Amino acid sequence: MNTEQLAGSDLSCIRDDRVLFAGLDFAVESGQVLLLEGKNGSGKTSLLRILCGFREADAGQVLWCGVDINSSAYYADMAYVGHLDGIKKELTVSENLKVALALAQAGSYTIADALEKVQLGGYDNVLVQTLSAGQKRRLSLARLLITKKRLWLLDEPFTSLDKHGITLIETLMTEHCTNGGLIVLTSHHDLNLHGVNVQRIHLS
Amino acid sequence: MSLSHAFFAIIRRDLLLALRKRSEIANPLLFFVLVITLFPLGIGARPQLLQAIAPGIIWVSALLAAMLSLDSLFRSDFDDGSLEQIVLSPHPTSVLVLAKIIAHWLVTGLPLLLMAPLLAVFLGMPQSAIGMLLLTLLLGTPVLSLIGAIGVALTVGLRRGGMLLSLLVLPLYVPVLIFAGNAVEMASNGLPVTAQINILMAILLMSLALAPWPTAAALKMSIS
Repeated sequence: MNTEQLAGSDLSCIRDDRVLFAGLDFAVESGQVLLLEGKNGSGKTSLLRILCGFREADAGQVLWCGVDINSSAYYADMAYVGHLDGIKKELTVSENLKVALALAQAGSYTIADALEKVQLGGYDNVLVQTLSAGQKRRLSLARLLITKKRLWLLDEPFTSLDKHGITLIETLMTEHCTNGGLIVLTSHHDLNLHGVNVQRIHLS
Repeated sequence: MSLSHAFFAIIRRDLLLALRKRSEIANPLLFFVLVITLFPLGIGARPQLLQAIAPGIIWVSALLAAMLSLDSLFRSDFDDGSLEQIVLSPHPTSVLVLAKIIAHWLVTGLPLLLMAPLLAVFLGMPQSAIGMLLLTLLLGTPVLSLIGAIGVALTVGLRRGGMLLSLLVLPLYVPVLIFAGNAVEMASNGLPVTAQINILMAILLMSLALAPWPTAAALKMSIS
């Protein structure tokens, strides 16, 4: 199995004349999880958005398998679930997933399997606006399953999920890592992943 | 996950969304019809004058209706994070953006085109000029969507971008208005209009080829 690596070297981020972080180095490899911790406003989301390529780091570089993310096949390999769900509330559950599938390479799960997995089975033709916040969250995580993405970037994936949902997502994350995937996430919730190498970065 | 598959999936998605939120399409169209029907009332019983300024009225109304519809191009996708997902797709953003612009034209530009002949007859435009009016609208309204997309992409991240959008986009609409209005007027006087049509066609092809790039770049800037 190929090993992939996401590395940041000497990253810094300055916002409104305030240094959020500087000289940050990290490297995550296949099968590993990187957990970003820190209090509100410490730059967790900013770091994640730098890893997405939405913002440029004020200094430093992000490398995917040794190549700068702007010039590699990075976007074919990464998926991002942020604060905004990125799903259209006027479309049905399956219509949303079909669009997501059209924008990326198909993964190991079919749409029906993925919905079953996140316990939204039978909701295929339901308009998203009638779903609860937790169900929407699960739908946006189902998007990760149907596409073939090695790297998951998750911003507070446990928001609005119930206890059961949290365990479910943790299982999916463990499964992704044992299959050689990488995960970078921010969370206030204690991670409970069995047998997965979890690195932590504390931003202050 | 071929590019053409993604391209048509985006068009399909946007048409479906438009169908589910019909009021957003109906608004600019209603505006277009209302403005044009109010002109005869304001001018009074002077059919000669009305006939003379009909091309201008229809084109100015079409232009304002197009401006009114622009905000819906990226607004909801920006607000719910779909735009982030589109930008993160491995496909070139400019191509996906072009798909969105085409879908937008199909739901906002095309209805204007279909309504225009009726309104032209209403304003007393001569038969010979109606065909020309349709041709200029067919060539001109896609330009309005394409150029407008750059402006919306630049302002979608601002809370009150509406005023700025008009300032950015209106000057760029002026050439289309001048050549299209002129072509219809010349045609109603029975004069040749090849030059105007060629220029409109050139503007359309140029904006079709060039507008998606700055739009994609501006969207990336708005997201960050």
